[in-house]
Amino acid sequence: MARSRSFDVRRQAGFPAVAITCFILLYLPIILLVVYSFNAGKSIAIWEGFSVQWYLSAWENEKVQDATIRSLIIATCASLIATSAAVMAALATTRSPKFKGHSVVFAMINQPLLIPEIVTAVALLIFFAMIKVATGYTGLWYLILAHSAFCIPFAYMPIRARLQGMDLTLEQAAADLYGTPLRVFRKVTLPLLWPGILAGAMLAFVISLDDVVITEFVKAAGQDTLPTYMLGQLRRSVTPEVNAISTVLLAISVTMVVIYFILSQRKN
Amino acid sequence: MADATYTRPFSERYSHWILLSPALLILFVAAFGPLFIVLIYSFLTAGDYGGVVWSFSTDAWFNVFAERDMFDDTLGFADAHLAIFWRSFRLAAVTTVVALIFGFPTAYFIATRPPKQRNLWMLLIMVPFWTNLLIRTFAIMELIRNEGVVNSLLMAMGVINEPIQMLYTDFAIMIGMLYVYLPLMVLPIYASLERFDFALVEAAYDLYANRLRVLWRVILPVTKPGIIAGSILVMIPALGAYVTPRVLGGGKRMMLGNLIELQFGQGRNWPLGAALSITLLAIVMIALMVYVRSAGREEVSHG
Repeated sequence: MARSRSFDVRRQAGFPAVAITCFILLYLPIILLVVYSFNAGKSIAIWEGFSVQWYLSAWENEKVQDATIRSLIIATCASLIATSAAVMAALATTRSPKFKGHSVVFAMINQPLLIPEIVTAVALLIFFAMIKVATGYTGLWYLILAHSAFCIPFAYMPIRARLQGMDLTLEQAAADLYGTPLRVFRKVTLPLLWPGILAGAMLAFVISLDDVVITEFVKAAGQDTLPTYMLGQLRRSVTPEVNAISTVLLAISVTMVVIYFILSQRKN
Repeated sequence: MADATYTRPFSERYSHWILLSPALLILFVAAFGPLFIVLIYSFLTAGDYGGVVWSFSTDAWFNVFAERDMFDDTLGFADAHLAIFWRSFRLAAVTTVVALIFGFPTAYFIATRPPKQRNLWMLLIMVPFWTNLLIRTFAIMELIRNEGVVNSLLMAMGVINEPIQMLYTDFAIMIGMLYVYLPLMVLPIYASLERFDFALVEAAYDLYANRLRVLWRVILPVTKPGIIAGSILVMIPALGAYVTPRVLGGGKRMMLGNLIELQFGQGRNWPLGAALSITLLAIVMIALMVYVRSAGREEVSHG
């Protein structure tokens, strides 16, 4: 359609200004946080020169090391479990005709997104307390199980999207050639699905790494993850060490999100 | 293709349930199932040191809304609780409205970029969203605290002599929630706008409408589903917010999430905490049902 006039029907007064302001305001606090992590002074507002001392002190802080390792273990396990469960669930809900109760199943899979985190956190606190009394186990598996649960919808979404975008005729042709559903899956579906699975796993990893509320309620004393450690620190004196840890976490999250974005943009 | 008398083997007919079982099992054990236990706990008695005593009691539910005066045994409303309910509603509502005011133009802006650019803009909006909630709240705290950037800047410029108390106020909580949940408002509105055919707008201009009328009578009604979805997506987490009020409100300005947490900490009243959680859950469910109803009605009216 020829745009011969200079009057753009889509322009609304003030909207671009508000939008750009939003973008700036959205990034400004985070940028300031990152900048002040390099502050040579102890304050988090008064700039005193460039220094990486806070990164070093965080690196050597035993509690930080402990929390970091725990965060990584939980995130890795939860991501693996959640992604595996999500792959199977996605296959079940996109390849079969609409079975009875499928909308209930859909609601159950996405339940962590629909229910406020604090309600789930309370429920798990109570439930695991009961189990702790009964079995005496106080290890990491409570946290891993809890994280796996709320990571499932995040792993599920990109996998399902990828499945729905895939060409069914390839699978049907393979079924004619290979026979059993398992072989079709291994030889045809899985390789095509791989970027979606990877995207889902990364998303689950980030979500688990970042979780605060559920972890705070479910953890036992001394079982800090990086976010709960920071939450504890915020109650006491705040040094730019928190900025340094935050910057590292931000870097991880941003990297993973960008990779996820690139992965989900790629077509076959 | 299929022979009329062909019956599929059991494994094939129920294969989708087999595939679904790991996910459903995990979710039932660690997300869905424990909610029933919460319901049960809300009808038990509080133990002295936390935990519960397994004897039936409706004290918890009573204490959600009402209280018995200690000295003269009169019934009254639990003022402290009601104040917290009110603050939660108020802040969640204000956050939603402000998010709409900022989010709609932003979504509109992205939707009117050239198609190739749009994904990049959406990525820009979503990147902060996928970062840690605590970090984002902390970043806001840095900005508005008395020794923070905003106050230092204003004092250095000579605009004010003393720092403005912004942290530990309701305003701080609202700003924090707005900062955290804004992308959730932008996303559905953008989805609505992206599908919108601007030829309708051209037609409106041909009929001598001005920009404001075009916005009000053409664009807004079409994006109504997106607006409602965005509002729900902001309102629900805002109602149950815990980290943001805890960090930005100090101990004094509690929202529902903090009140619930108190019962499992110093408050030592697990049944009350359970009852409050169920109350929050009920409110959220109602909001969701309202959304589903209104979304359904939209489709009918545009049929």
